[in-house]
Parts: sequence; C-alpha cells; structure tokens
Amino acid sequence: MYSEKVMDHFKNPRNMGEIEQPKGVGTVGNAKCGDIMRMYLDIDKDGVIRDAKFKTFGCGAAVATSSMATELVIGKTVQEALLVTNKAVMEALDGLPPVKVHCSLLAEEAIHAALWDYAKKEGIVIEGLKEPVEDIEEREMEDDL
Amino acid sequence: MREQIYLDNAATTRMAPEVFAAMQPYFMESYGNPSSIYAFAQKSGAAVERAREEVAALIGARADEIYFTGGGSEADNWAILGAAEANAKKGGHIITSCIEHHAVLHTCAYLEKRGHAVTYLDVDENGTVDLSQLKQAIRPDTALISIMAANNEIGTVQPIAEIGRIAREHGILFHTDAVQAYGHMPLNVEEMKIDLLSASAHKIYGPKGVGFLYIRKKTNLPSLIHGGAQERGKRAGTLNVPGIVGFGAAAKRAAERMEASWNQTKELRDYLIRRIESEIPFSVLNGHRTERLANNVHFCFRFIEGESMLMLLDEEGICASSGSACTSGSLDPSHVLLSIGRPHEIAHGSLRLTLSEETTRRELDVTVEALKKAVERLRAMSPLYEDYRKTNAQEEAYVQ
Repeated sequence: MYSEKVMDHFKNPRNMGEIEQPKGVGTVGNAKCGDIMRMYLDIDKDGVIRDAKFKTFGCGAAVATSSMATELVIGKTVQEALLVTNKAVMEALDGLPPVKVHCSLLAEEAIHAALWDYAKKEGIVIEGLKEPVEDIEEREMEDDL
Repeated sequence: MREQIYLDNAATTRMAPEVFAAMQPYFMESYGNPSSIYAFAQKSGAAVERAREEVAALIGARADEIYFTGGGSEADNWAILGAAEANAKKGGHIITSCIEHHAVLHTCAYLEKRGHAVTYLDVDENGTVDLSQLKQAIRPDTALISIMAANNEIGTVQPIAEIGRIAREHGILFHTDAVQAYGHMPLNVEEMKIDLLSASAHKIYGPKGVGFLYIRKKTNLPSLIHGGAQERGKRAGTLNVPGIVGFGAAAKRAAERMEASWNQTKELRDYLIRRIESEIPFSVLNGHRTERLANNVHFCFRFIEGESMLMLLDEEGICASSGSACTSGSLDPSHVLLSIGRPHEIAHGSLRLTLSEETTRRELDVTVEALKKAVERLRAMSPLYEDYRKTNAQEEAYVQ
C-alpha cells in the first residue's frame, strides 16, 4: 500500500530528533486522531533554514511525511520553505494512499507552525504565512461535512 | 530466508493438513451438485450431511438446525435481520453490546435507520457486559438479544449461559456471534439456551468462505437467499461442497483436541503477557485477565501508534494486527478499546497477538525482543513521550 520511498523514510527516518533552543518549533495534530507532528527549525540570520528535526506520533505515512518535510526545507529560505506544500511532500514520496493524504497536510502544517513560532520570536512578519490552526484534524473533519 | 512468525490467528488460521486432505476429493473427483438426483451427486450430498453432523456436534445441536453460509458475517447479518423482520409486529427492539463485531453493529445500525430501536449495552473495563443493565434494557417489544461469545479484539469471554437464561426467562430470542469462540471453547446451545449462533470455519484451521448459522428448531427466521431448495429453502445457492466438508473436518478435529489445545495456548498466552508486562514499560493489557480466549494477547503501549508498530514487526517477519485506526482507513481508534475506557491517544497504540496450536515459546521470545526494540524506537520518535519525560523530570526536580 505504501511506495518504496514512503517505506524508506519510515524505516530510515531523516532528521529525527530535537534541536536544543530551536529558532522555531511547532506541534500540530492531536493524539485523539492518532497523529502528532513536531518540527524544530534552526534558521540563520539570513533567514536560511540550516537544520530541521522532527518528532512524530503516528502511522507509517505520518513518519515518512515528517521525514521528507525536513529534507525538503533544509537549505531553503523561509520564503522558499512556504512553498513546501502537502502536494510537494506527497510528490517527493511518490504518492500516498488516499486515506493517508491528511498526513501530508499535517507535514505542511508543521512547517508553518514552526515558521510562525520563529516569526513570533524574531518579531517579524513572514509574508503569506497564516497563523496555524490549533487542530488540523478538526479542520479537516469540518471540511468533510 | 527470514523466518515468519504468524501471530494473527484471530484474523485467520492456517488450514490443518487433515482438513485440506478431507476437502481434496470434492474439487475434481466428487464434484457433483448435491441437489442433483443421480448417485454420483449423492456422494457430495452425503459428505455435506456428515459435515453438518460434525459442526452441530460441537455445540450440542441437531444437524437439521445447522444452515451453512458463506461465513460468519453472513450468519450474523441473517440472524439479526431475520429476527427483526420476524418480530416486526411486536416492535422489533434489539439489545446488543457496544463491543460486538461490525457484522453485528453495522447490521443493527442499518435496522435503526429503518425504524428499529436498538440498545447497546456498556461493558466494564474488562470488556464484560453488565447483566443487570441487560435486565433493565429488556422491553415488552424486545425481539432479540445479540451478545458475542468472545470478543475478536480483546478476547474477553462473555457470561453467555447467564445471558441465555435471562433471554429465555423473558421469552426473547438469543443470538451469539461465536466466530472467535466456536471450536476453541465448549459451547452448548441447550445448556446456554442459545437460539441462534454464528460460526466460521477459517478460525479453526478450516477453509475461508464458509460458516453456519445455528437456528433452534421451531424458530421463526425468514429465508436469507431466495431461489432454491438448499438449506431447507432458507439459504438458496449451490452448496460450497469442499468448503463445507472442510468445515466438518475442522470441527471434528477441534472436538478431539479442544481441551488440550486450550491449555497449551493458554500457558503460552500467559507467558507472553507476563513478559510484555514486566519488560515493556507503559504497557496496558486489554481484556479480561482470566475470562479470555486462550489465544488472545492484546496490549496498548502508551505514546506510540499501532500501525507503525505493525510495520516494524513486519520488518522482523512478525504478522500481527492492531485494531488501529490507520489500518481501517478511519481516524477513530477501535470502538472496543474506547468502550473499555481507554482514552483515544492510548487506544491508538494497540497491538493484538493471537496464537495458534503451532505457536512455540521460542517464537514468542523472538517476538518480545522485536517488540521491545520497536516500542523503544517509536517512543524515541514520539513527541508525546518527549513531553511526558520532560514533565516528569520537572516533577521529580520539584520533589527533590
């Protein structure tokens, strides 16, 4: 049911762990629905993401999308990182089964939440970045109704 | 080649060699349709009737009270829909429990949409139904009580004889989904006052795609499939002769070894439970500790999610199941775990290991080691575990 890339990122997750005193950290999802993603970012003074780490509670797809999301944002500027959408994460993983698409949304949301935290700490405004919703799963469920 | 350890015997079992051997002549040699008149076809017919006697004997029923179906789910659907239809004039209220298999729950939900009232009994933290709640739920229009003999996820065995007695005292039909219990533990439709019972062959080392519904003599239950005289006109369609013969062989085999098999797997079950409880922190046993199927081990591991655990175990050649949301494509964790009071985040971290007669202690040792590694690895990845550790460290610092 999963692509080889998803299996690879699940079995050998990239950048799993924490960053001490991160420039930005964001946690999204909720335990009730079985997915929580936390993304840590280290961002230099030029606004380039030097390092990213993640921790995830969730299924195989949730781990793989978190891992891929960290790979995709490292080395990018904050503005470029905003372009790492859920579609970009999914494409980089050669697709996800339909029931797992929400995992890629969660990965996008985790990047945004970490960037929001960074912007808040730095006292800056990142153009195009919206405040992350408290609970992505609830939002999705409302969309379904 | 890597060794495979199969611990998903509640999902299905490996067919026993003698069952396979019993079925073989009915594919290419005695392939006649039992409904045909000539002697050649009557060989198939006689084999079906022998099987009917064998599956009936296991529950103390008469052969003519057995109606073969395409499996356990079909039997569950038939029992509930049939009882509701037969008692529609009376009102057709149904009492069941919140931890039934979906073959029962979804059929009840379908009937609710069509105007039937359904009461879902709660279970306690062990997964046992409350008999006093059952008595209170009975109404003048109650047509059916449907309570499973043993739960497919957490293995809890229900007080079926008591439920049967209560149903009989009130003149209400009693159906039990015995798919996980049949052939594994003693069941007797007379002693337990069961009117309808569903069973399946492939849970007892028999073939897939065959089951039966036991219907007590003189019970008014409408036909399920129309269009033929098979199964006394109640379930039309050419009989699955090899499947039915295999079911008979599996039942005969189960009758011969039930007690020894139960004791053997129970000992291994308790060994596995002891090891997991003592060697994996934050593990919670689900289901009743003693009133449970001999082959069922079911745990929740805090801070981690079930599907990831299954994938890591699969890497080690271990076949298990979780009952986790992800595998079923729904975001909700198992209704059974929520019903016994597990919070969502803990219910997501579930693992079911179900043993067979062939399971060895060494296989369980390998499984425990793989499980320890998988749990440790996923906890290292878990933000929930990180938060728990940090909170705890703070609390400890505060105490000092």
